[in-house]
Amino acid sequence: MQNLKKNLRELLKYPSAVIGIVLIVLLVAISVGTLIYIPRDEAVRLWRGGDQVWGQNPRTAPPVWTNWFRSEKLPETIVRDLDTEGTTVERSPRDMGENLVAVYTFEYTADDYPQDILLKFTSDYTNRNPFVSIYWITPDGREIRMTEQGIGYNTTYRAVQDDALERRVGGLSPEIGLFDDPNTEELDVLKGTYKVVVDALTFEDDSVVEEAELILHGKVFGWFGTDVQRRDLSIAILWGTPIALAFGLTASFGSSVFSMIFAAIGVWFGGWIDEAIQRVTEISLTLPFLSILIMVGTFYSKSIWTILWVTVLLTIFGSSIKTYRAIFLQVKESPYIEAAHAYGASNTRIVFSYLIPRMIPLLIPGLVLGVPSYVFLEATLAALSLGDPVLPTWGKVIYDAQSNGAVYNGFYYWILEPAVLLVLTGLAFAMVGFSLDRIFNPRLRDV
Amino acid sequence: MSVEIQSPGVGAEAEAPQTKRRTESTFSRVAKYTSYKLAMLFLTVVIAVYLTILIANMGGYVDEIVRGQIREFVGQMLRIDPNYQQMDPEEKNEFFQTQVERAEKRYGLDQPFVLRSFRYLWNAVTLDFGYATLMASDTGSRQVKLIIQDRLAPTLLLIATSNLILFFGSIGLALSLSRGYGSFWDRFVLAMSPTSSAPSWFYGIFFILIFAAILRWFPFGGMIDSPPPRTQWAYILNVGKHLVLPVGAIITSAMFVSIYNWRTFFLIYSSEDYVEMAKAKGLSANDVQNRYILRPTLPTIITSFGLLVITLWTGSILTEAVFHWPGLGQTTLTAIGLYDTPVIVGLTIIYAYLLAITVFLLDFIYALVDPRVKIGSGR
Repeated sequence: MQNLKKNLRELLKYPSAVIGIVLIVLLVAISVGTLIYIPRDEAVRLWRGGDQVWGQNPRTAPPVWTNWFRSEKLPETIVRDLDTEGTTVERSPRDMGENLVAVYTFEYTADDYPQDILLKFTSDYTNRNPFVSIYWITPDGREIRMTEQGIGYNTTYRAVQDDALERRVGGLSPEIGLFDDPNTEELDVLKGTYKVVVDALTFEDDSVVEEAELILHGKVFGWFGTDVQRRDLSIAILWGTPIALAFGLTASFGSSVFSMIFAAIGVWFGGWIDEAIQRVTEISLTLPFLSILIMVGTFYSKSIWTILWVTVLLTIFGSSIKTYRAIFLQVKESPYIEAAHAYGASNTRIVFSYLIPRMIPLLIPGLVLGVPSYVFLEATLAALSLGDPVLPTWGKVIYDAQSNGAVYNGFYYWILEPAVLLVLTGLAFAMVGFSLDRIFNPRLRDV
Repeated sequence: MSVEIQSPGVGAEAEAPQTKRRTESTFSRVAKYTSYKLAMLFLTVVIAVYLTILIANMGGYVDEIVRGQIREFVGQMLRIDPNYQQMDPEEKNEFFQTQVERAEKRYGLDQPFVLRSFRYLWNAVTLDFGYATLMASDTGSRQVKLIIQDRLAPTLLLIATSNLILFFGSIGLALSLSRGYGSFWDRFVLAMSPTSSAPSWFYGIFFILIFAAILRWFPFGGMIDSPPPRTQWAYILNVGKHLVLPVGAIITSAMFVSIYNWRTFFLIYSSEDYVEMAKAKGLSANDVQNRYILRPTLPTIITSFGLLVITLWTGSILTEAVFHWPGLGQTTLTAIGLYDTPVIVGLTIIYAYLLAITVFLLDFIYALVDPRVKIGSGR
């Protein structure tokens, strides 16, 4: 215990180890926070839910903070509904039904046009459906008629797809034409306060327009952006953290501890047990590791835990067992083991209390250094589309980005976010591991 | 093992080991050791291949899929063909059974899976790869051998290029670093060594992003432009251009840790007394390096070279996929995706044999380069 404390204090002398520890603590904090605030089912719902979950988000929008580095600021998504502050709503009754006039107001300061302009209506009626007229009022007071149309129970009006509107705004695509400054020759955004007026009429006594929502899809979204399905990438980025840590730590811990135990048992008992363990190692080294994992993933189960166990099983009898064996063979000959044997210590006691503890200085750095490779293994499998079918992981994001041509289409944030996190996780464990290696194996310190 | 029993030398040795050992000729010792080693390696390969066959057939589950398909097909035939609709139900049922049995026999499904798995194993071990179920080679052949042959050259090109540069480059750099211990570059490599925890495909994505998407210096992927250039020189240049990014990715991912490990290794050897002695004698730095540092470390260098070849062989699946390189890695991926068992097994066999041959050869190379090692002794 004293020794451990001393080693830890020594670890803090290495700046790289300190950076590594800070990073690991940060990642663990993110994981715990994510698990508390977005429980698994909620995460799965947000990631697999469908259009009603992420319909309000823009498509492939980079994160908001990319605006800090841009001279031309991209717009954020603007959402206004009947309850939003600043929206004036007037409902006046008519002989049959009612007349709803809603005026939405929003400030537009971005230098670029929005991705899309939508109006979503929900209404209730029996036979005759309500009718809406929508007007667009620019900061310089021009009034542009957007559309006049009947609406159903759930209707979405997409300005971008309105050809008549396109003609009215001078042949420009509506999301550009509505925001364009008419006084200048070239295309530029007229900044200021815009108003959208919705004038709705219903034609039955109980018929009402329940909700009318104005959505201007921006070109940046949230802290992490969205993917091609409009999903908020923050879910995958946040949830990827606990998964990556759990996978990396479990796999590394499982494989190194078990292979050490097997090596110790083989060396201590010798004979056929040793021979059997060595043969199994050779066979498992002959098996193509990645191909077997891909086969298990394709044929049997894509669940991340199945993959994890197969990984551990295949790596227990990997090359590390040979290294451990060679060292155990030396340790076995040391006098203290002979003494223990002489006073009648049981085999289990010798293996677990005398042989294995001697190896802990070698085990701990190896274990920490092994974590990055397993974190990347999960990403590798996910990038082969063998990731967990339900949970969002960093590897899955990379796979989605790759298969949607993120690099070719310039959606760099999409691939860089999970990649940077993978690198950070890998670096954190590698830096701590290298320092641990130098502390526990002082021979390395001289060279 | 059987080879050992047939050899008369072994029996004699067992009777009088004390006297025999001294007179035993080098030849018989090497022969005995070689045959034992070969038998063990062969056994390992056989078991590994058998395990692959079991996994690739899902322990016989793929057969169930085929059986279901046969029944569905025969049933459909009976339902649709007007010739069979006149039959009475009992006759129809009997006809159905015989048809299914015939089809199963044709696919070899009449034998239990265990028996068939051994037949697959025999074919695999005797390098009879058979025919793919779905995949085809470039010339349209179903032969697994041809499918693999098509893809072998691109994979070897990629692996050999990156492997050789990586290996000799890192040893050369490590040697110069080990001389200038503690210098800026030494600490730089030390600081960069954690970068090797990321696999090569990962660097590949970044390389594509930087050098293909933004700078447009190199192509995004593939092995050759389409249409390929006409002259031979242009062709080679074009392949070389496509080779830069994948090779760069493989080298980058392994370079720093490789240099670091070699440098540590050489440092340990250069602090030996005989090296100090050689330096004291006034030998030139190059002489010390070649005779007193490189010579004793040669066996380790060779081993790691052999193992490096094998690692890159498996590690190239995703790098090939990311760069759309038409090699064996991509083939493995496609085969698994299509449940094409014969191709998967074929690829595994080649891998297992290559590994076994490497391990086998390493022993002899050891004995060649290290006079202290004697084959077959001290075991």
